[in-house]
Amino acid sequence: MVSPILPLTLDAVELRRGGKRILGPVSLTLDGEGITIVLGPNGSGKTSLLRAMHGLEWINRGHATWNGEADSVRARQAFVFQTPVLMRRSVLDCIAYPLRLDGIDRRRARDRAAELAVSVGLNATLDAPAQVLSGGERQKMALARALIRAPEVLFLDEPCANLDMASTAEIETILARTRDAGTRIVMSTHNIGQARRLADDVIFLHDGRIIESARRDAFFAGPGTLEARAHINGDLIP
Amino acid sequence: MNDIFQGLSQAMRLVLAFDPGLVEITLRSLHVTVTATLIASAIGLPLGAWIAVNRFRLRRYAIAVLNALMGLPPVVVGLFVYVILSRAGPLGVLGLLFTPTAMIIAQVIIITPIIASISHQAIRELWADYHDLLISLHASRSQRIGTLIWDGRRALMTAALAGFGRAIGEVGAIMIVGGNIDHATRVLTTAIALETGKGDFALALALGFVLIALAIAVNLALHILSGTERGSRW
Repeated sequence: MVSPILPLTLDAVELRRGGKRILGPVSLTLDGEGITIVLGPNGSGKTSLLRAMHGLEWINRGHATWNGEADSVRARQAFVFQTPVLMRRSVLDCIAYPLRLDGIDRRRARDRAAELAVSVGLNATLDAPAQVLSGGERQKMALARALIRAPEVLFLDEPCANLDMASTAEIETILARTRDAGTRIVMSTHNIGQARRLADDVIFLHDGRIIESARRDAFFAGPGTLEARAHINGDLIP
Repeated sequence: MNDIFQGLSQAMRLVLAFDPGLVEITLRSLHVTVTATLIASAIGLPLGAWIAVNRFRLRRYAIAVLNALMGLPPVVVGLFVYVILSRAGPLGVLGLLFTPTAMIIAQVIIITPIIASISHQAIRELWADYHDLLISLHASRSQRIGTLIWDGRRALMTAALAGFGRAIGEVGAIMIVGGNIDHATRVLTTAIALETGKGDFALALALGFVLIALAIAVNLALHILSGTERGSRW
């Protein structure tokens, strides 16, 4: 029995770039199940928080601690970037790539990738270069690639930022299904409606700090801070 | 102008007649240059990728040196290899001086920095695109380099072709270490130098046209085989 990689504990984590604080100090514990939505205005540190949790950013102060060894923990989580990274390969090989890194032979990896492509509704020609995919298809491909290792924790950085409504709805359906299958999801978004639809709990960031953290219903029923209230109402935040 | 037309017509005659002397030195040119390009690629491509992916002290200087070595004077390289391989030199016991192997060694030294430097540029751009993904997927260092080389293979082929182009037209170093010995180390470029020295400009030009045609043919063949310009490829 492999022990779960959660909880993830951030203890007074702070990121600084060029002498400027871009996040923190932030303390939180990620555990349990469901979807955590990270909300906040532009430049509030949403992407930095996700990247720090995933280990993509050098933490200047504080600690991020997973339940397990760093090497095994990294392979059991995945990250979907706002702009999908398109490898210079076919769609199928892009999706299969994480399994190839794990030493799984090409045929088996591609078979699994084809199954996932179908499950995320990627109907494009799978042997075509990834570069020919549309915006929505690219994000589905990135999602399939992230899911192919069956991660315990999935981070998504504004995955629907540049998508039309139909593609957004498809992505949300996949995410809801992934959550129901037991994957812990942490996702940043600008879209209040999307947060209402998907969130189990919400983290609200302002100026690099978490100023509010609550269950979805409690957050949207009565945000405890002026900034969160203004953000939900679409007002300008001072 | 007359020499040029004479050279062109003589080149046509030599090629159409499969002139044994021309075939011999052409094949030797190809053998030496292709072998040198393969060896230099085996060194230069991973080296360029490694420098692009890794951060280490003096990295900036290593890149500067690599770029500077692209302009290595072939005559100096030839002299250096000559000293190393000469009977009194440290590798004189191998008896390689005035053999095609010595010419290959000299060409490898000349073109490895070219291939490594162009590879470094190509891989660096790809690494910028792939960095977060490969880190996120926990790819090992060798897996990162392998992925970058595979996905950047078309740009890297250009690097190898640049090395090939430099090597096939090289004369100074291989003249020194090969000696331009008939039926042993004579290649197209050294034959051109010889015929020019003898005043047979038409034959020298004919060999020159064959050399240019050979370089273009090899480049075209590789581009066609790899489908570089095919529609919707990357």
